[in-house]
Amino acid sequence: MSWTKKVLRINLTAGTCSPEPLNMEWVEQFLGQRGLATKYLTEEVPPTTDALSPENTMYMITGPLTGTMASTAGRYSVVTKSPLTGAVACSNSGGFFGNEMKCAGWDMVILEGKSPSPVYISINDDKAEILPADEIWGKSVWEADEWLHTKHQDPQLRVAAIGVSGEKGVLYSAIMNDLHRAAGRSGVGTVMGSKNVKAVVIRGSKGVDVQDPKAFFDATNAGKKILAENPVTGEGLPALGTQVLMNVINEMGAMPTNNWKDSVFEGASKISGEAMLEPRDSDGKANLTRNGACFACTIACQRVSTIDPEHFSVQNRDDLHPSYHANSGGLEYEAAWALGSDTGVDDIDALTYAQFVCNEQGLDPISLGSTIAAAMEMYEEGFITKEDTDGIELNFGNAEAMIKCTELVALGEGFGAELGQGSSRFCAKHGHPELSMTVRGQEFPAYDPRGIQGMGLGFATSNRGACHLRGYTVASEVLGIPIKTDPLETEGKAGLQIAFQNATAAFDSAGICIFTSFAWSLEDVAPQLNAACEGEWTPERLGEIGERIWNLERLYNDAAGQGASADKLPPRLTEEAVKTGPAAGKVNGLATMLPEYYAERGWSPEGDVTADTKARLGL
Amino acid sequence: MKHVIIGAGPSGIVAAEHIRKFDQSATIVIIGDEPEAPYSRMAIPYHLIGNIEEEGTYLRHKPNHFNDLDIQLINARVDKIDSVDKMLQLSTGVTESYDKLLIASGSRPVSPPIPGIGEPGVHSCWTLEDAGAIAALAKPGAKVIQIGAGFIACIILEALARRDVDLTVVEMEDRMVPRMMDSIAGNMIKDWCLHKNIDVFTNGQVTEIQKAEGNHTFKVSVKTPDGVTQLDADLVITATGVRPCADFLEGSGITVDDGIIVDKNMQTNVPDIYASGDVAQGKDFCTGEYAVQAIQPTATEHGLIAAQNMVGLEGAECGGTINMNVLDTMGLISCSFGLWQGVEGGESCQLVEKDKWRYLNLQFDDDVLIGATGIGYTQHVGIMRGLIQSEIPLGKWKNKLLENPLQLMEAYLACTQSAAIQ
Amino acid sequence: MQMSLVIDANKCTACLQCEMACSYEGEGVFNPTKSRIKIFPFHEEGIFVPYTCTQCDEAWCMHACPVEAIVLNKTTGAKEIVNDLCVGCKVCTIACPFGTVNYNADSGKVIKCDLCGGDPECAKACPTDAITYQDANWTGYDKMKDYAAKAMPAK
Repeated sequence: MSWTKKVLRINLTAGTCSPEPLNMEWVEQFLGQRGLATKYLTEEVPPTTDALSPENTMYMITGPLTGTMASTAGRYSVVTKSPLTGAVACSNSGGFFGNEMKCAGWDMVILEGKSPSPVYISINDDKAEILPADEIWGKSVWEADEWLHTKHQDPQLRVAAIGVSGEKGVLYSAIMNDLHRAAGRSGVGTVMGSKNVKAVVIRGSKGVDVQDPKAFFDATNAGKKILAENPVTGEGLPALGTQVLMNVINEMGAMPTNNWKDSVFEGASKISGEAMLEPRDSDGKANLTRNGACFACTIACQRVSTIDPEHFSVQNRDDLHPSYHANSGGLEYEAAWALGSDTGVDDIDALTYAQFVCNEQGLDPISLGSTIAAAMEMYEEGFITKEDTDGIELNFGNAEAMIKCTELVALGEGFGAELGQGSSRFCAKHGHPELSMTVRGQEFPAYDPRGIQGMGLGFATSNRGACHLRGYTVASEVLGIPIKTDPLETEGKAGLQIAFQNATAAFDSAGICIFTSFAWSLEDVAPQLNAACEGEWTPERLGEIGERIWNLERLYNDAAGQGASADKLPPRLTEEAVKTGPAAGKVNGLATMLPEYYAERGWSPEGDVTADTKARLGL
Repeated sequence: MKHVIIGAGPSGIVAAEHIRKFDQSATIVIIGDEPEAPYSRMAIPYHLIGNIEEEGTYLRHKPNHFNDLDIQLINARVDKIDSVDKMLQLSTGVTESYDKLLIASGSRPVSPPIPGIGEPGVHSCWTLEDAGAIAALAKPGAKVIQIGAGFIACIILEALARRDVDLTVVEMEDRMVPRMMDSIAGNMIKDWCLHKNIDVFTNGQVTEIQKAEGNHTFKVSVKTPDGVTQLDADLVITATGVRPCADFLEGSGITVDDGIIVDKNMQTNVPDIYASGDVAQGKDFCTGEYAVQAIQPTATEHGLIAAQNMVGLEGAECGGTINMNVLDTMGLISCSFGLWQGVEGGESCQLVEKDKWRYLNLQFDDDVLIGATGIGYTQHVGIMRGLIQSEIPLGKWKNKLLENPLQLMEAYLACTQSAAIQ
Repeated sequence: MQMSLVIDANKCTACLQCEMACSYEGEGVFNPTKSRIKIFPFHEEGIFVPYTCTQCDEAWCMHACPVEAIVLNKTTGAKEIVNDLCVGCKVCTIACPFGTVNYNADSGKVIKCDLCGGDPECAKACPTDAITYQDANWTGYDKMKDYAAKAMPAK
């Protein structure tokens, strides 16, 4: 309790499904989910493995709280070696897939090898099967979802699937579950596609037990109360979703715009969370129908949205899946930014449409939007022409062009196949690697580190490539959580970033959503884990586990050639000053922060994990 | 006012209790011909399995329940009704007068005209007494032949199988449970039985039961399209259907068709005499015709309406009861509702999953659900009744159901909670 | 004062906290498949609908039970299953026109909402007040009765 202590290992090459016990010694060190699966990866997949070869292995894993009544406890992660970055990949998703895996009696499902033909995995409690997927290979996630539900005739079946992009090798393909939830980053969907696996479907009826029910109810109720009373998790996120940030970040001058040439986007308010509430002319409805929740989540930030029926993207489009004309998973901040301000597009329906496409075909909208934005800059600079773009006039602000590119990448066709390699490869191929806004080959999220200094250090050191979900110092620098720090200053950011990185790794390993960390510290997580699980889980121990995980990921990346040498930002962020807004004149002070960071991590000045640190953490 | 009720089954008991609710001072007498406390036949299989003691089959559990309600129970058979003098002749030799009479005498098993059917060792399974006799003979390894594969036959299968008997079922029709299951469903249940190591002969007829010498009590002749087979048996159970207990009404002036004909107030053609439950030919909601249903929910609903009319409550009418059944055949759960055979000009959809032992069939008239059959479904099945009996137009959901009948719950919610959903 | 569960689908986010609370209270395990309250998502329409027993006055289940295993709790108004008496005949599951009595093959008995004896866990667990336990005279009850009436068999 509250691990099932059972792992389902599926060897796709051999066509076998075998149960094995969960390594409980590793649980002691790494807790679950992100940490535990990373341990499995580092033990089983050599760091130099080609990510798209059969030798790579994919771990779908829950945390100890997954499937319980703790708020947001429906999470699962996909851990593998990333084809986009060559570093460790760990993508976390909500919805209802993780809890179903736990309910079926499995902590983790491992996919290794490669199937000779397209298959999907069916798990019904103890029974696991590898079944042919020829009929859904080449179909979208939504089509596959329908087909699988029809085939199994079970409305409660939970489906995680890849779209066409994942089959075609687009390097930032996501694994989508429950139609709209994504294990989105670092191309985990691409790895699944490389194994000829279209989907994993799960039905569990066993339920999840906890160690001390009374203490557990008390602890989780206390946690829920804190979430409800917190202005971010209790008001902002339910009301406006992740899009609560669009106006906030833009107003502080940290909204990356036009491939990061600018840091203030004029059209931000038109694509913001607030704009999603405005009734439109055509049918009098707002973009947002309501908010929804993932399993057990008392925050409920999910958007349920419709596209304006008169918008060009859907008008007279009988060819589209019916969901484009109805409610579906709506616009998230990172999609709104990457596909919007970064490409200069301020058309909220175009963005909602593109978001739907990303959901339907399993794409990471951050990498997609950023790659399109980089291509737009290259086009405007004349580095690429219409001959390269399949005739698309790829100017900033062109919504049709953004949509066309999205559709092409979704299908991995023509110019889309090239954009599907991500901005790092795309820009390098066309001779301008400096225009790729990436770290370790992964595109940045929506926070200009010239206006939010700590995030620059976070991006540069993030183990899965540029990412906001590894050390979200925005919480402190912008929102004042847990204490307000000056976003324009570098001082103290190394320690702040480390604290966030370590805590985040612990949150990610527990089976809960990182959004709880707006309101919870490890002091709030520990009692919930303690009541649910065997063993002693103090906040200190969780912090140490977080640090251990971070160092383990780093060691793997070092060996994979993605260590200290990759701890850097594109010159635009460290050399080109912000032109307008509150951060005008600023560049990111990575050079100042990085040595402090190495020192505080207990790493060598070169950024290597020292023997002492390894020994201290038991690595 | 003296109310007399013939029959101590669910219909009679519910009627008596409701009469008491409406009239504190009335004299209430129930006459039942079985010695035990009023019990439910529905519970007999569970008693036979051993899940419950005999007491577990009782309709009411509170000690002195009937005393407390001042309801008198008489153990006797009614031999004759004198509707002119309002007098009943009982098997005990005494007479009993009444002001209002409810006939809720139920039904009894049909005894098929087979030579040897009267031999000791041939039993129906209808009363607690029958259950006791069957339990005594159904020893491990005993060869048991069950004639008939209807509702009762199916629900006792598990009880017999659990006793490790060697079981054979013989059914005249082409499938099991032919009166509540269509061909696909009836054959799926048959396959399930075969899968559970029970021999099933459909299109089979037992032609003779002969006393035998040697290891087994009987030689049973079974005629099938392939010829005649001789089977050994130690116990023969007849479960070939039931018919209303109405023989004693001869000469009473009460009109009997298949059952006692009643109007929507549950009243017979004779003043002050009512009928309810298995013996009554009440209004069927789906067909609008009057027919014997012989099911538990109808019995209690009849009993309630009859009681209200007997105490003179205005407007207590039976708008028609819906024919429905739920059946557990050794763990395979099936149900059917209303016009599960469908109607001419109606549409239907079905989902057959033989590998999962699941089946769902929905029948529509225009965009209203009128009948349904399900196997392997146990969640929210009551909505099938709800949709049939409320006659809610399904609108666009009908086409969705034609595509995927499993969306029934969604259709139900969308049509009943439309304000919230649209 | 008679209390009843009041459900407002427009507030539901489909987090399933109610299902877990219910399954834990009823079965001692977090298992939505064992819940007496169920959330039905309508993806295209964009709404989530919680659904459970309304403890209707007609009590179809209670009247249909052949062995008196469904009884009225006079304090809460709930129709409760008496597990010791339920034989598992399932007649109530087809008699209830709302489909809110379900057979549980594991226990061989039926399960339905019993209002947790007057302190319903689902309402306590609901973070958005989509499920509340209120004075039955409150206006929302009328709304629910209307809905129940619409779904009820014609008499």
